[in-house]
Amino acid sequence: MSSETDQMMRVCPLSQLARGDAMRLETRPPIALFHTEEGELFAIDDTCTHQDASLADGYVEGCEVECPLHASKFDLRTGKVDAPPAKLPVRVHTVEVLDGDIYLKESEEEPNLPPGITVDGHV
Amino acid sequence: MKTLAIVGSSLAGLSAARAARAEGFDGRLLMIGDEVHRPYDRPPLSKDFLAGKVGQETLSLEDPTEDLSAEWMLGERAVALDAGERAVVLANGQRVAADGVVIATGSTARTLPQFEGLENVYTLRTLDDAVALREELRPGARLLVLGAGLIGAEVASTALAAGVEVTLLGGPRVPLTRSVGAHMGAVLAGLHAAHGVTFIQNAVLESVRSEGARLLSVGLSDGRVVEADAVLVAVGGEAATAWLEGSGVATADGVICDDHGRTRVPGVVAVGDCAAWEDQHLGRHHRHGHWNSALTQPARAIKALLGTPDPQPVATLPYFWSDQYGIRIQFSGHAELADRVEIEEGDLSTHTFLAAYYRGEQPIGLLSSGQPRLFGKRRRQLERSLAAQTFTFS
Ligand SMILES: Cc1cc2nc3c(=O)[nH]c(=O)nc-3n(C[C@H](O)[C@H](O)[C@H](O)COP(=O)(O)OP(=O)(O)OC[C@H]3O[C@@H](n4cnc5c(N)ncnc54)[C@H](O)[C@@H]3O)c2cc1C
Ligand code: FES
Repeated sequence: MSSETDQMMRVCPLSQLARGDAMRLETRPPIALFHTEEGELFAIDDTCTHQDASLADGYVEGCEVECPLHASKFDLRTGKVDAPPAKLPVRVHTVEVLDGDIYLKESEEEPNLPPGITVDGHV
Repeated sequence: MKTLAIVGSSLAGLSAARAARAEGFDGRLLMIGDEVHRPYDRPPLSKDFLAGKVGQETLSLEDPTEDLSAEWMLGERAVALDAGERAVVLANGQRVAADGVVIATGSTARTLPQFEGLENVYTLRTLDDAVALREELRPGARLLVLGAGLIGAEVASTALAAGVEVTLLGGPRVPLTRSVGAHMGAVLAGLHAAHGVTFIQNAVLESVRSEGARLLSVGLSDGRVVEADAVLVAVGGEAATAWLEGSGVATADGVICDDHGRTRVPGVVAVGDCAAWEDQHLGRHHRHGHWNSALTQPARAIKALLGTPDPQPVATLPYFWSDQYGIRIQFSGHAELADRVEIEEGDLSTHTFLAAYYRGEQPIGLLSSGQPRLFGKRRRQLERSLAAQTFTFS
């Protein structure tokens, strides 16, 4: 294994995540992994920073995901809020593909979880 | 345009202010609102805020980093609109002149005359209402909720989780018939009894027993007596448009607007809960009364007000969500236009399903109970499919 991937966790074979699909990883807090129509992979925190909604359930257009609940938009590359009501960014995680497998390295920043939510879910 | 006055400083008003600045409006922006609070979010008032899970500071709609350069006139009630001189008249007598006016006064909770003067009877529309009602939700207390619409249902669910004994009274019609149709309304209403709320359908209130200013019990037409420590009256809302009387702005159930939010008075638009926009699919004016419309309508209305209307307006489909008993319910479309409903995923007994509404072969609505992902995908398809249908379904 290369030095870049040794602190990374193996998620699944790339073939299991089709273009246009997303999956939710049950990490603490959960992470959303996206494979865009254009073939790019992105990983961000799954829980919207506004309230309790899963961004893996959101709608992806270009490099943006729209929250399924109140349509806040997050930039998949930077995690920044492109449209309210969310105010705080989501964290962005590093994703790589090696030998056909997806690897992920979780960000070391503090997550911006919505009020009333902890890394384990509801308070 | 030099001065823009926005009347009503909540979600629709704030969204209008943001839209105006985004469109490059650099004149004076006046935010008039009769509540003393800066804009806050109402949906949590029947959910996490009422449950005591989140505090008031989480309700703010503003972003501390944004600068709208607005002049806030809070705690000021508009009592009239002088359309000729285009001025908003405040309760303190002040006249606020403006070149453009956005009406965003939302709606108010309907009250029932039988309960006038009783101190343990509440409505729920504002932060202050929620703070007062929250005090009553003590474990073991008995709460009577009148009206099984979205707010009544959510409060029943939140109160139950807080250990309150809840009785919920529905009216003669199946709850939520107007929003999701009678069939699905009955399915959703099934949640109440399933979770331990006493749900009484078709309850007609006959008498009220009180001691001093405290209500003790209500009598129903079937002879039943329901004792209660507190009562929530959740029998719907009315557009807050009384202040527009005599202004020339037409109102019916809401401010009558075209599909850009323009009223018949030039320079005056209306958005959000107080506004009834022309709906091309329904072929009539329609007041949505949901959060999403208060968020999205202002962008279009502001463009029209600033003289650059959207060339191809597409009717925004009503969308709302509701959280009840830990289940996320989402709806989009027009249930009233449907001639059939199909369960396309999951099943009704577990309350995890996606129901699709059709008029002939045309999809016209979607209801999700605990299927947010599928709902999100299908909602896009529905919007696209309906955007292509510019005719009126009648
Ligand atoms: C408890 C509760 C729960 C809700 N839950 C949901 C939900 O789960 N999903 C959903 O889709 N929607 C929900 N809604 C509806 C949603 O909150 C509204 O659609 C939204 O608030 C509408 O925003 P608005 O700005 O148009 O009106 P409002 O939020 O009503 O704001 C209007 C403002 O104008 C002020 N005003 C009124 N008259 C005057 C006057 N004459 N002069 C000055 N100011 C005036 C009012 O005081 C108020 O501050 C809920 C509403 C409530 C009350
Ligand atoms: S939960 Fe994501 S925008 Fe509200």
